[in-house]
Amino acid sequence: MKGRPGSLSAGRSVMGRLVMSRLGAAGFSLVFVIVTIFVITSALPGDVADTLLGQGATPEATARLREALHLDQPAWLRFWHWAGGMLTGDPGRSLLTGHPVSELVLPRLHNSLLLAGATAAVSVPLALAAGLACAMFRGGWFDRIVTFLTLATVSVPVFLIATLAVFVFAVQLKIVPSLSDIGSIHSVWQFIRVFLMPVLTLTSVTVAQMVRMIRACMIDVLSAPYIEMAVLKGLSPQRIVLLNALPNAIGPVVNAIALSLSSLLGGVVVVETVFSYPGMAGLMVESVAARDIPVVQCCALVFCVAYLALTTTADIVGIASASRKRDA
Amino acid sequence: MAGGRLAGTQPRMSRRGVLGAAALACAFSSRSAVASPASGGHLRFAGLVGSAADTLDPARMAVGNDFIRGRSFYDGLVALDDQLAVHPALATRIESDDFVTWHLTLRRGVTFHDGKPFTAADVVYSLSRQRDPAVASQQQFFARDMAEIRAVGPYEVRIVLEEPNIGFPSILALDSFAITRDGTTDFATANGTGPFICTEFRPGIVTTGRRNPAYWGVAPGVDTFSLIAIPDDMSRHDALLSGDVDVIGSANPRLVRLLREHGFGIIESPVGSYTNLGLRLDRVPGSSRDFVEGVKYLFNREQVRDSVFLGFARIGNDHPVPPEDPDYAADLPLREYDPERASYLIRKSGFAEADPALFCSPAALASADIAVVLQYAAQKAGIGMTIRRMPVDGYWSQYWMRMPMSFGNTNARPSLDIAFAQSFASRAPMNESRWSDPRFDQLLLQARRERDGGRRRQICHDMQAMIRDEAGICIPAFTTSLDAFSARVRGLRPDRAGQLMGYNFLRHVRLADDGAPA
Repeated sequence: MKGRPGSLSAGRSVMGRLVMSRLGAAGFSLVFVIVTIFVITSALPGDVADTLLGQGATPEATARLREALHLDQPAWLRFWHWAGGMLTGDPGRSLLTGHPVSELVLPRLHNSLLLAGATAAVSVPLALAAGLACAMFRGGWFDRIVTFLTLATVSVPVFLIATLAVFVFAVQLKIVPSLSDIGSIHSVWQFIRVFLMPVLTLTSVTVAQMVRMIRACMIDVLSAPYIEMAVLKGLSPQRIVLLNALPNAIGPVVNAIALSLSSLLGGVVVVETVFSYPGMAGLMVESVAARDIPVVQCCALVFCVAYLALTTTADIVGIASASRKRDA
Repeated sequence: MAGGRLAGTQPRMSRRGVLGAAALACAFSSRSAVASPASGGHLRFAGLVGSAADTLDPARMAVGNDFIRGRSFYDGLVALDDQLAVHPALATRIESDDFVTWHLTLRRGVTFHDGKPFTAADVVYSLSRQRDPAVASQQQFFARDMAEIRAVGPYEVRIVLEEPNIGFPSILALDSFAITRDGTTDFATANGTGPFICTEFRPGIVTTGRRNPAYWGVAPGVDTFSLIAIPDDMSRHDALLSGDVDVIGSANPRLVRLLREHGFGIIESPVGSYTNLGLRLDRVPGSSRDFVEGVKYLFNREQVRDSVFLGFARIGNDHPVPPEDPDYAADLPLREYDPERASYLIRKSGFAEADPALFCSPAALASADIAVVLQYAAQKAGIGMTIRRMPVDGYWSQYWMRMPMSFGNTNARPSLDIAFAQSFASRAPMNESRWSDPRFDQLLLQARRERDGGRRRQICHDMQAMIRDEAGICIPAFTTSLDAFSARVRGLRPDRAGQLMGYNFLRHVRLADDGAPA
């Protein structure tokens, strides 16, 4: 690992090139995503004129409404307006309500970030500790119990965990509200009451995924020859894991965490539904059902940007840690 | 079990009776004289449907929570009571000699929430905009019948219709014809004349309102309310059981007993909504009269009522008039379940082996369950039918009315004239079976200009018989709307105008205690 010769500045420039190429790839992905989102949303059957008129959607009424909403324009022209707006930070107006899309999306994005942040704050330290402990005491009773619990949690659908949580804590014990009424939060205690159940539900799932991945990464690193050397040198297991193994596993561990967290923004429809939590995932599902395409496009783009940001950051952290290893 | 308590027991003046007078003059102010025992407090409600599509624009209101918002923040020109009789609201008198030209006298001294006095200009604006295609009004169909809407004085409006219609006042009770301030185009908040003032409106999240201190009518019994939607059935009931909300709309019939055991109340409203099967008469196999008649005999109506709706329904006779309506044709024999006759008719039609597809969806209430009952009956008659269960998303625009056999769901209408005109006249926008009979259209127009109540009743009777026997519509049952409330809520009653007292419940409910919610 320390074998490759090279000066510090050469190492920096290699790292700089790697980071730049990674950012370039992210930029290219973004352009690809923008085009894909437009193509896919254009391919959805039916449009907002059908939704607005509902059962009263006679062909002539629909045609006239389509004209009024400029839905009859050719696809390239609509793409030009939309992509141009997106690049200048204006996601347009909702076809359904006529209000700016940003007004609809921003409060929901705030809520989703709050939920994702709270979940990450609880689950990442928990998963790191459990994953490391499992790897250290591999095959021991702690490892077996955690492995059993994580496998069990991963196998249970989220809606069941969420529904059971509501039944026990809200309906039977009445210690927390069954609804996530974010407007009622005026103190830390109320914040905990409102977020307890959704965060616990999401944590149980993400922690289980992360623990399994972190454990696998660490076991991989712990089986490397230099660890064997450290053991032979008589270093304590704690020292080996924290100072020798963990720094070398940072890349894959951060990637595992980023992958688990990336679904917290858009992939939590079930939790948002059960707890009536007003987040982005629900907004996107509602907007798809209503064919409110500008909102759908904006939500999809936000999810993709968040995903790209997380994975790119993880990659860069991985590159940086590898470069540190090279430089050391 | 619902059937017994639905039948109206007290004699009432039918709306058609009231309107039968040569001039309809509803000039009473008794409603504002009735004092409401105001109790105050905060009421929390959770309905079934809510999303980013929630609206405060009366023109676009299409689902339960929209209607509740509309009826709390706005007033109509007229209001319906629990028996669908028309009462004055913002209009104190509605008169016509020929049922073509209608003269409306408006209430004086009413102000909008922003303080502007209510005048004829607001009425002209609110009604006229429904005709603009860009507004996408749910009621364009009726709005286009109003050829002229003009202010003839500060408190007088004249409306000229395309055709005479004695039932016009009932049309004005439709949610979309609620009155907004002249010139309103932005519906981020509601500026109406209603009993509540909108304090917060976040689509898909929450709506809140507080009592309007300057309200012209009966003051509501609660100070403030919050309204949310919880589409998930289990979560909505959990919210009621855990005490996080006081009232929920659309209670699940399977949970009614559990809710009652836990001390919650249930309102059973005999609304005229129905889930029906529409057979397109212009497509095979519905093009065969024998086939259509055969399918009608395949409906085991008792089973639909008892197994599908768990008894919370009334049996239908393949026409849109529910049995509790005073104009229900009681002497028309109820079409019985008769698999032998169905088998004979369908074989005679030549489509016995056609294996037609029944399109159903959760979008049309209970349609998948009704389809199963029908498929089972067909099987016993030796006829094959395939059930195609489609997702909610896109059902109304892609499958309903487009496929040869599809299930639909029709909400209660304020009057029979509206039900006939919207779903059965030859050019009706929701004519699901594409049934076209000039005689029926003639009867519809005749009823609209008939002054004699008895003759109008006879015409209405004939129209029911025609729909039952000629149209390609099977209506096995009318649904009973179920809403649930906690023990602290008072004043909720069943109502024929729709669920939750015709969506008007916030005007009527009180809370047993003044305690603030936990």
